[in-house]
Amino acid sequence: MRPLYTWSAITAIVLASTTGDVLLSHAMKQVGDVHQLWRRSGPLAVVGRVLRNPYFLLGVLSMATAFYSLLFALSWADVSLVGPAAASLTFVANAVAAKIFLHERVDRRRWLAALLVAGGVVLLAG
Amino acid sequence: MTFRKYLVLTGVTISAPVGDSLLSRGMKDVGSISLHNLPHIFLAILNPWVAVGILFLLGFFACYTTALSWADLTYVLPATSLGYVLLALIAKFLLNEQVTPARWAGILLISAGVGFVTRGPALTHREADEQEPARETVNAGGRR
Repeated sequence: MRPLYTWSAITAIVLASTTGDVLLSHAMKQVGDVHQLWRRSGPLAVVGRVLRNPYFLLGVLSMATAFYSLLFALSWADVSLVGPAAASLTFVANAVAAKIFLHERVDRRRWLAALLVAGGVVLLAG
Repeated sequence: MTFRKYLVLTGVTISAPVGDSLLSRGMKDVGSISLHNLPHIFLAILNPWVAVGILFLLGFFACYTTALSWADLTYVLPATSLGYVLLALIAKFLLNEQVTPARWAGILLISAGVGFVTRGPALTHREADEQEPARETVNAGGRR
């Protein structure tokens, strides 16, 4: 039963953190270039505009879900399995999600980068 | 990509592993927290290591959201993945953990991934409103 629990928790981490990353990225694209906004209207305007964005708040909520799923996973399995498994799967899931939901042009270069980093993370934990 | 943007990406890369390491160091002082004493987790922020770690992670979040305001998600994530390498180096030199050949290979792979993605444009055009001339200018602006 334990591996099943562990991998369910890892799946939950990957889904929640990918959702969080995509929502945050979408929110920040709506907010626009923070540097320019800062220069035009000051830091308070930046903070206000970010915090009022519903996608940003949903993104933070997803990140919190991912964090608590991580805590559950860590209570069932070692960090040396959970950490890299979740991190590298999230990398690949993010590339897929960014292409589908954010319509980013994930070219061969970016696929290769995502796979290299994901593989590297697995080795790093070995 | 301007110098300031590279500075923000560097902020993302450095603050995440430093924050995590500080939390890890602090939680070793605090000790394990049982499920029956969950409120004790709030006392953990009184530990100076944990407090500074949280400051670093707040800094990470600020840099990360800033980077996402002008770069693609599939650019920011690989471009800042040198943080994993930094975490391994902190583990070796500050926490005296062993870095095996497999880990060095992992470091090499991650570095290769970073090299790949940072040579491309930071912000790509949305596929939906793709226009050749427009994309060219975006590409040119994105290159170093």
